[in-house]
Amino acid sequence: MAFLEISDLSKRFGGLTAVNHVSFELAQGEVVALLGPNGSGKTTVLNMISGLLPVSGGSITLQGKRLSGLPAHRIAHAGVARTFQLVRVLPSLTVSENILAAILFRAGHTSEQEARIEAADLLAAVGLEGRGGEKATDLTYIDQKRMELARALASRPKLLLLDEWLAGLNPSELRIGIDLIAKLNARGITILLVEHVMDAVRALCPRAVVMNAGSKLADGPTADVLRDPEVVRAYLGEPHAAVA
Amino acid sequence: MKTILGLAAAAIAFAGLAAAPLYLGTYGIGLMIGLIGYVTLASAWALFSGPTRFVSLATVAFFGIGAYTVSVFYESFPPLVVLGLAALIGLGVSLLVGLATLRLAGVYFVIFTFGLAELIRQLVTWYEVNITGTLGRYLFVSYGPEVVYWQLLVLCAVTFGIGYLIQRSRLGLALKMIGDDEVVAEHCGLPTARVKLALFALSSVIITLVGAIQAPRWTYIEPTIVFNPTISFLTLIMALLGGATRLWGPAVGAVPLFLLFEWLSANFPDHYSIILGLLFMAIVFVLPRGVLDFLEGLTARMKSERSRQAAGTAPEHGKGRLAEGEAK
Ligand SMILES: Nc1ncnc2c1ncn2[C@@H]1O[C@H](COP(=O)(O)OP(=O)(O)OP(=O)(O)O)[C@@H](O)[C@H]1O
Ligand SMILES: [Mg+2]
Repeated sequence: MAFLEISDLSKRFGGLTAVNHVSFELAQGEVVALLGPNGSGKTTVLNMISGLLPVSGGSITLQGKRLSGLPAHRIAHAGVARTFQLVRVLPSLTVSENILAAILFRAGHTSEQEARIEAADLLAAVGLEGRGGEKATDLTYIDQKRMELARALASRPKLLLLDEWLAGLNPSELRIGIDLIAKLNARGITILLVEHVMDAVRALCPRAVVMNAGSKLADGPTADVLRDPEVVRAYLGEPHAAVA
Repeated sequence: MKTILGLAAAAIAFAGLAAAPLYLGTYGIGLMIGLIGYVTLASAWALFSGPTRFVSLATVAFFGIGAYTVSVFYESFPPLVVLGLAALIGLGVSLLVGLATLRLAGVYFVIFTFGLAELIRQLVTWYEVNITGTLGRYLFVSYGPEVVYWQLLVLCAVTFGIGYLIQRSRLGLALKMIGDDEVVAEHCGLPTARVKLALFALSSVIITLVGAIQAPRWTYIEPTIVFNPTISFLTLIMALLGGATRLWGPAVGAVPLFLLFEWLSANFPDHYSIILGLLFMAIVFVLPRGVLDFLEGLTARMKSERSRQAAGTAPEHGKGRLAEGEAK
């Protein structure tokens, strides 16, 4: 039994098939990249895993437990957390309340006092030490992304889904971001990340799954996959054609 | 310390209000019943609609259910049992309605709740005309208006108590999360559907009880009176005027508006609803987030202005510039 099993997953939006019979598996402890040109269905796959969207067909199981069909909060309690491609903060809350939100409503009970300490630690871990009192909407976009990662970690996930979390970082921030993801993985969190920053993919992910127009195109060691002529062709004409 | 002072102030206010029948005449008590009734309606409405931003126009549906329950059963059971029965019926209906509608987004929820109130009114009318053969019901209770007033006052205090406790609890955070971004709330592990349903039911039960407690005031009850949609709109405007996300907001909106409407409906019975509509629009335009929010913004601005002058620093860019421009 694989850790995460995605089998025959499909998503249709009216006439558009955004995800078309996609299957792949993740072993526990892996960091896998989910690649593909714009509009190929990567975010839609993450949306179905996290329960934001219902599946149109196929199934998703985590450690043998079926996730597809469950409401998103049950999926979160089962150990899945994510960040969003367009960052989503809880705007009326402070930075630290954004994290508390995820701590207090995760599976199991946490006292508010413990939660506050943990929130401060999580903020420090993503480089937002001492910023907890600020309004979440006052943070810069990059800091909001950091906060969103801290919020995802606050639910103590087994599986972390990152949707272009590294996009928009400058080179030094990128290095810190890559180190942070590697550290999370070293702590045992399995990670599926959608990313267009190929340096980061090469640095972090031994394995990559590539999608094109809703279907799975390739799955294997990252270096091989990025050399695959079909993958190169899928990316051609895209702004990210420089993958190979 | 601040909490203790606040509680003390609330207790004194409550005692003062409870003594009101001793020094108010019949007209005064009647006015106070209406006033406390609307303060409670607006506060109960805001318990759910304030933080979640689900605008409900079902207020009068539950209010009317409460009033009708009393008019049907007041001769069969003791008063408190009848109130309990009304609360139970309100709870049942709110759970059914909540399960059916809380998945609806924004404007669909508003329309559905408005439709619901009309539907229940039509159902009651149909039932009365076709099954019982009478449209209106007379309602003569053995207790006087001061008892109605005291019952309402207790319900009002309980409503504030609940609102206060919610704001300080995890539930308060949960409601804010739902109002902010339901998707994120779910992804944080919050069962949003259950939380919304529970709060909607709580708010609806209180509203039902207001209708049930106030019912004896009319002595004659018929669907057009107790299912009057104006009650839903008034409740909504009051809560919005004061600020629906704050504990005292709805009360701050309800008191002046209730007195204004009393005066208007006494003096301009024909144009009353036009004025109501205009006022509604004005409030939404001028104070979209309520009086309390507006005042808080104002005092914050004055404070920062003063501290800036004290420090002898120039105004910051942006806001300061804009203020200067406005002054000219
Ligand atoms: N909620 C939705 N309703 C309708 N169509 C959608 C929805 N979400 C995604 N789509 C469509 O599904 C297709 C796949 O979109 P998706 O966002 O999954 O792509 P992506 O691979 O994440 O692209 P990008 O790299 O640009 O983020 C696109 O054609 C998109 O327009
Ligand atoms: Mg995407």
